[in-house]
Amino acid sequence: MEYVNPLTGLRIDGRRPTEMRHLKAQIGVVSKADGSALFEMGNTRVIAAVYGPREVQNKGQQMNNTEALVRCEYSMANFSTGDRARKPKGDRRSTEISLVIRQTMEACILTKLMPRSQIDIFVQVLQADGGTRSACINAATLALADAGIPMRDIVTSCSAGYLCTMPLLDLNYAEDSAGGPDVTVGILAKMDKVTLLQMDAKLPLDTFETVMQLAIEGCKAIAQYIREIMLQNTKQLECRRGS
Amino acid sequence: MRDLHLSLNQTQRVRLQAALDQLESDASSTAASAASVTVADTIPVNHEDNILKGHGTSDLDGQVVATLCGVVERVNKLVYVRALRSRYKPEVGDIIVGRVIEVAPKRWRLEINFSQDAVLMLSSMNLPDGIQRRRTAVDELNMRSIFIENDFICAEVRGFQHDGSLHLQARSQKYGKLEKGQLLTVPPYLVKRRKQHFHHLEQYDVDLILGCNGFVWVGQHVDTTTKESTLLSDEPSDKEETNNAVPPETRRNICRIANAIRLLSVIGLTLSVESVTETVEESVRANVQINEMLGAEFYVQTVEREAQRRASLVRKRR
Repeated sequence: MEYVNPLTGLRIDGRRPTEMRHLKAQIGVVSKADGSALFEMGNTRVIAAVYGPREVQNKGQQMNNTEALVRCEYSMANFSTGDRARKPKGDRRSTEISLVIRQTMEACILTKLMPRSQIDIFVQVLQADGGTRSACINAATLALADAGIPMRDIVTSCSAGYLCTMPLLDLNYAEDSAGGPDVTVGILAKMDKVTLLQMDAKLPLDTFETVMQLAIEGCKAIAQYIREIMLQNTKQLECRRGS
Repeated sequence: MRDLHLSLNQTQRVRLQAALDQLESDASSTAASAASVTVADTIPVNHEDNILKGHGTSDLDGQVVATLCGVVERVNKLVYVRALRSRYKPEVGDIIVGRVIEVAPKRWRLEINFSQDAVLMLSSMNLPDGIQRRRTAVDELNMRSIFIENDFICAEVRGFQHDGSLHLQARSQKYGKLEKGQLLTVPPYLVKRRKQHFHHLEQYDVDLILGCNGFVWVGQHVDTTTKESTLLSDEPSDKEETNNAVPPETRRNICRIANAIRLLSVIGLTLSVESVTETVEESVRANVQINEMLGAEFYVQTVEREAQRRASLVRKRR
């Protein structure tokens, strides 16, 4: 199957190889949560809710009382994929992605400022069309900023692949299930540091470098967008509050 | 819009957008939004002065970088970022409302919208018989008769414990258990620290307590000057007093005031006695039903009124 049309150079959804899907974000969607956000990358739609910092619920889990405990739970809604999923939580993929998101966010939250407390991040995929991991991390960043939790930097994530001898940015589900390599990168946007790097399938080293560089470019573009959304939200809250 | 899911028709949407735009333009004329920053934004500082980096900032390669989304405040040499929607930031002497979640040996543990639970010691609480004496083991066993789980208590912040959690005290008559009313949770940044947090709205016979932690209590007025703790008393006359049902008119007033607070907190306006009473009076004047106060029409009207009020303030200043 030709994922990149040789005549026009366009992909199956009409994008150019280095073009990302349409981004859309909304802050404050879950009223009971301290912070929440809805993030869309094309057809992939993800909702994140952050509770915290609050009292540690399970004292046994509290390893360190100089830092906050960060917990993360990833789940996919039953209706998020084409076939209605059986058990959306607790299966291996969800546990792995929960761990990945937790480690990524823990790297950027300043946990030392909130000792003896707990921060819960709940991410749920409402519509899955490839790149759910990245969308979850982006949504979690927005939700954490909404909750007023201090962070080192904005974490953004984007995926890139290599199909038909061409690096492609932001794969959707059809391209992802083509069996080619899929590189997911998460970076701290301003400090330019990589916090997440995952790949499945194999790639020669120089191709890998090109693909990873493309994903990093995508991350930076998302960081720009996220920053605009956060600034707009802050200005809106401040001017409504008045003097 | 966080809490209310309103379906606005076309005219209401247009009016709302116009009022919000007016609010935003008034704010920008006072340069409030100019100092907004997001995470990892560089804060412009004059590097010659020895700037003190306060809350919400960190040092990155010699530059001052924000760690929160908020507004930059500068006080002499101190630069800090004030976050808007965040958990309560306690200070000694704050008046707060908390919910009891645990009765522990010699103390109650309260939930107060902070990163840790607060502690109210038995010794920081007036005994029911009012005598100042040493707390005995019998007092400790009778703690449950004073406060039990899910009670609401009004208290004052006494200080911080060694692990960062709060120490509360409720020694005065105006503190203590709150009964016959409603508790509302609003974002703490909407409640400003003022001299008075206890308000008695005479014409409605309602007590309003604006807790600094974002817990707001609206309830039937309790006369603290003649209040005697009748919690352990066996006299039937006192029991009758406490078991008196709240009259329907007072209940309606409580609901109206509570809805006004809900509406103001959803719009994002600062909560104060003046703004709440003004909203309630406006709703009575416009003959709005209590449940319609959370509807689309009154929401749009309130935003328009606030925009007009701010515009007139700006004009007065000029």
